[in-house]
Amino acid sequence: MHPAPSIIVFTTLSGIGFGLMAWLGLGLGPDGFWFALLACGLALGFASIGLFASLWHLGNPQRAWRALSQWRSSWLSREGVASIVTLTVFGLYALLWVFFGVRTPWLGIPAAVLAVVCVVCTSMIYGCLKSVPRWSKPPTSPLFVALGLAGGALTLAALAPISGPAGGVPFWVATVMILVATAMWLVWSTKARETRLDADGSSPETAIGLPHLGRVRLLEAPHTAPNYLMREMVFQIGRKRAEALRKLALALGFAVPLVLCAIALAVPAAWPLLLLAVPVHLAGVAASRWLFFAEAQHVVGLYYGQRA
Amino acid sequence: MTTLPQTTEKKLGLVIDLDTCVGCHACVIACKEWNTGGYGAPLSDQDPYGAAPSGTFLNRIHTFEVTPSESRCGSAASAAQIVHFPKSCLHCDDAPCVTVCPTGASYKRSADGIVLVNEDACIGCGLCAWACPYGAREMDHDAGVMKKCTLCVDRIYNDNIPEVDRVPSCVRTCPANARHFGDLADPTSDVSRLVEARGGVELMPEQGTKPVNRYLPPRPKADIDAPDSIDLVALAEPETAGFLSWLDRALERLG
Ligand code: SF4
Ligand code: SF4
Ligand code: SF4
Repeated sequence: MHPAPSIIVFTTLSGIGFGLMAWLGLGLGPDGFWFALLACGLALGFASIGLFASLWHLGNPQRAWRALSQWRSSWLSREGVASIVTLTVFGLYALLWVFFGVRTPWLGIPAAVLAVVCVVCTSMIYGCLKSVPRWSKPPTSPLFVALGLAGGALTLAALAPISGPAGGVPFWVATVMILVATAMWLVWSTKARETRLDADGSSPETAIGLPHLGRVRLLEAPHTAPNYLMREMVFQIGRKRAEALRKLALALGFAVPLVLCAIALAVPAAWPLLLLAVPVHLAGVAASRWLFFAEAQHVVGLYYGQRA
Repeated sequence: MTTLPQTTEKKLGLVIDLDTCVGCHACVIACKEWNTGGYGAPLSDQDPYGAAPSGTFLNRIHTFEVTPSESRCGSAASAAQIVHFPKSCLHCDDAPCVTVCPTGASYKRSADGIVLVNEDACIGCGLCAWACPYGAREMDHDAGVMKKCTLCVDRIYNDNIPEVDRVPSCVRTCPANARHFGDLADPTSDVSRLVEARGGVELMPEQGTKPVNRYLPPRPKADIDAPDSIDLVALAEPETAGFLSWLDRALERLG
């Protein structure tokens, strides 16, 4: 599938933003003003930038409000509705906290739950597509949720020393969450690599309805130049490039942040390293998200000469 | 509403004969011609006269080579066969393209089962094209809205055109009579009887979309007792006998 930058920014940034909201809503981190301002601002900022990025790739963004109507059947619509509700509830929580110094769990805990729901919705936009076996077979939601919560916990740990002591619970949560996310990503990648285009039994033969006739080979494509379908869904990525990106994702997304977390845990005074860990982690997650799209094959490729 | 109707009164659809389709693309052009001026936004082209022309089409013809498997024919020497394969929306009963649509622009009609896009509500997110396993939806580059086969909904119920024209444009134009239109929910309809008689098949049933359109498999080829290899050189030999040889010499003298 075509790894559109807008969708990578959308899924990555909204994931970390909602992850941060979840931890803040649960009451993690100090209560001080500066932490409240920066952490809430970043959480709302990340999520909003991500959601706006998702509008860039629309053919008619001026009608985007219509996407809130079909929450009964569509995960994309659910994502829209859940995001708006979450931003409102968390926004109220942030408002009371920053301006009145009141950090109420009555708003915080619902906001945390809603934030996780948002990430689940994002993941299900892709996870519900049977036509892309690599997204629908391996568990996509736990991966997205783990990555969002890890990024959020890391950001929280990096900002916590502004209003409180360095170290303690936020540092531990960040370290453990990065570990969990690493494990999730490794499990997902292994499963995804085993999931081939024929995972549901589809083949060039079933694609034209003639599996009993023999082996099917494309002789002539319907068009001489690539069309929308090929550009969007028959994206080809070089093996070497994928391998390089996978290493980059592993290093930036997980290994480096983990090392920086470990250092900060051992020497709390070194906490500014965590401020560095956040962008590094984000870059790594973006690389892994690029692969999530680029390596996913759509069964329509079977009509264009692809085979599992 | 992007929830699907439980059942539809009719199941209008196409039955495409892979035995008689000659891959002429006439249906592709007839479709484009009708639909670029009909329902909704025109079907735009990008760089139409350049090196890499691209455009929106609702019907596409792929050509495949099918090599019989040994088990079926007993010998690996069985000739491969060409299958011209027209592909457009199959108006699925369990259409995943409809349920993923966030705006309600995509819908399936409960009266006749036709799957349509309301272009005024479509935001051009492209998710429905991702959800369709068959590649039956294409985003129009200029209008930014999703285009797909409408089963020529503006022809089949159109009282302003002669009755003979009230079928989809592709069906009306096909010179090989390889395309048939009708109600597949009615077991007595011509299309249903054709499907019954010829063993019509679904595309990718394993995707669970329950397509309405059916494809008629190519009829088995007659067993021609051809020698293993035909001596093409001998056929092209100028030193032929009889009339051809005389003609050959006569032409040579003229030249
Ligand atoms: S063929 Fe594709 S676009 Fe048409 S109804 Fe089925 S899933 Fe939807
Ligand atoms: S592109 Fe249009 S029709 Fe397709 S899912 Fe998006 S809004 Fe619905
Ligand atoms: S017009 Fe008929 S014969 Fe020609 S490609 Fe279309 S279906 Fe096949």
